[in-house]
Amino acid sequence: MNANEIAVRCRALHKEFGDGDSRIEVLRGVDLSVYLGEMSFLMGPSGSGKTTLLSVIAGLLDKTRGEIEVLGQRFEQLSSQERIRFRRDNVGFVFQQYHLLPALSAAENAAVPLLAARVPRGAALAKAKRLLEELGLGPRMHALPAQLSGGEQQRVAIARALIHEPHLILCDEPTAALDHETGQAVMALLVQSAKREDRAVIVVTHDNRITEFADRVALMDDGRIQRVEENGERPRAQGINRKRPPLDVISRGVGL
Amino acid sequence: MNFIALKMLTGDRAKYLSLIFTVAFASFLLANQVSIFCGIMLRTASQVVDVADADLWVMDRETQYAEETKAFTDNALYRIRGITGVDWAVPLYKGYARATAADGKFRQVILLGLDDATLVGAPRQMLLGRFEDLQIPDAVIIDRAGYAYYFPGESLALGKTFELNDHRARLVGIAEASAPFATFPVFYSRYSQALNYVGRERNLLSYVLVKAEPRVSLDGLSDRIESETGLRAATTEDFKWQTIGFYLKNTGIPVNFGITIALAFLVGAVVAGQTFYLFTLENLKQYGTLKAIGVTDGRIIGMILLQALTIGSLGYAIGMGIAALFFEITLLHIPTRGIVLLWQAVIGTGITVLIIIAAASSASGGCWCSSLRSCFEDSEDERKRDCGSLPGAA
Repeated sequence: MNANEIAVRCRALHKEFGDGDSRIEVLRGVDLSVYLGEMSFLMGPSGSGKTTLLSVIAGLLDKTRGEIEVLGQRFEQLSSQERIRFRRDNVGFVFQQYHLLPALSAAENAAVPLLAARVPRGAALAKAKRLLEELGLGPRMHALPAQLSGGEQQRVAIARALIHEPHLILCDEPTAALDHETGQAVMALLVQSAKREDRAVIVVTHDNRITEFADRVALMDDGRIQRVEENGERPRAQGINRKRPPLDVISRGVGL
Repeated sequence: MNFIALKMLTGDRAKYLSLIFTVAFASFLLANQVSIFCGIMLRTASQVVDVADADLWVMDRETQYAEETKAFTDNALYRIRGITGVDWAVPLYKGYARATAADGKFRQVILLGLDDATLVGAPRQMLLGRFEDLQIPDAVIIDRAGYAYYFPGESLALGKTFELNDHRARLVGIAEASAPFATFPVFYSRYSQALNYVGRERNLLSYVLVKAEPRVSLDGLSDRIESETGLRAATTEDFKWQTIGFYLKNTGIPVNFGITIALAFLVGAVVAGQTFYLFTLENLKQYGTLKAIGVTDGRIIGMILLQALTIGSLGYAIGMGIAALFFEITLLHIPTRGIVLLWQAVIGTGITVLIIIAAASSASGGCWCSSLRSCFEDSEDERKRDCGSLPGAA
């Protein structure tokens, strides 16, 4: 897989909930292409269908009609269990509320995708610890989520999304639960750690202050993509993709 | 993923312990009540079970249970001895007498009169003395509980005297006997002597104990005895169950215990099941996260089952441990002697706990799928709009 290849392709994608009078059409013909090597943002007002679109891309919801292809795979050709395995091998998630397992340490949480793929526990934890070190969480890797700050928890969630080296990372409001500074740092960390030529990152967000990190912004409203702004159409943070300081320096710099 | 399942389970220590405690309590209650109930019911047939030598009990045709006897003529004994297939047949008297100790303490007692020549039906476990000494004039053997009633706190000693319905009796042995239902002391004497104690009636033969010849069918022998004597013959096992059945049908004991056992089951099923169900519901978001990450349905169900089995087996083991301790203690007390933790109750409780836990797991297992979308949270408005019609989407 190479940069500029299409990772996600949606054509006339529709998603409806309910039947009869209670039927609601949330996606009304979405056309969208997401490219490898890019960070794409899905933005729009509440109720515009961003989360539903993300869920359909993740294979967590079935489309009603239209076409969707993720990393060259059509979900309708996969059984439910094959779809889960596809997600396990190819997709990483970063959730708004982190969704770390409260009983597991930071390292154990980060290792979950590898454990799901039946990687031996020792090897999975060793890799998780290395990754957390890179993300500046070395001293906190044995802490439970409740003992971590919001920014630290989101960094653990990023580690969990990256650990199995997926080709697609889906982020649902990754900064919504964080203050502005921490949100900026988390996004910088995400860009630094997640952007790769063979990987696409989709970020659903309301937060206009982080659009500087996007390569492409798709604006959604009323269940459709209204406009796509590509790299260069918006002001971008200087040097984000060009000069990469060490990740732990970024983290410490903003006090995560 | 097993260690994740166990960490999820033990992460909230208070909930984890309350789950185990609930299962332990329900297990204890079930095994305890079932064992006590069965123990009490088995007591109703104590005197039948204690006679290990005979194959058949012959009695009046209308006898309903062991405690209620109608005596029949001694001639029946000789007729039975003449029936083909009978190895030996001996008389047994079973009745009640009033026994008064030297200090005036008296009580109604069960009096068993054993065949003078053979002493068939004599207690097997003598604590002091020899059962053969029943051949001594006026000799009686008393059970341990009876001795403790008449001589509380005294060490076991022979030679004490009683009045049995105004007749002198001398203690020649102390035996361990199964506790009778009515907790009366049990006195053993010779048949001829027992008849002297209870006074004169025209007929005094309560039962005839029969031993079949080797390889003779007990059913066939019973039929022959019944047809030739007009009496009823039953195997020890049949007579035991007939006696137990009488109490089950004619007393409120089964209803009383049935309610307690049903309550124990309900406590187990509802409280333990519901607690585990709620525990799983509280973890739905975590299971949703795992599924989104790529953990298969089968492994998530396996995780829930592992949690259920852990709680079930720990709670069950603790419950059975407490039950065993309970019966170890009560076994030492005379009023509750002989009531033990039955292996059938242990196994039955285990199966019940398994069913409860399996039901709770499968009930909660169906719910985690619907939690999947809740991993993706959006603003309240958007969620209402996007997910409002989805089952379980919150």
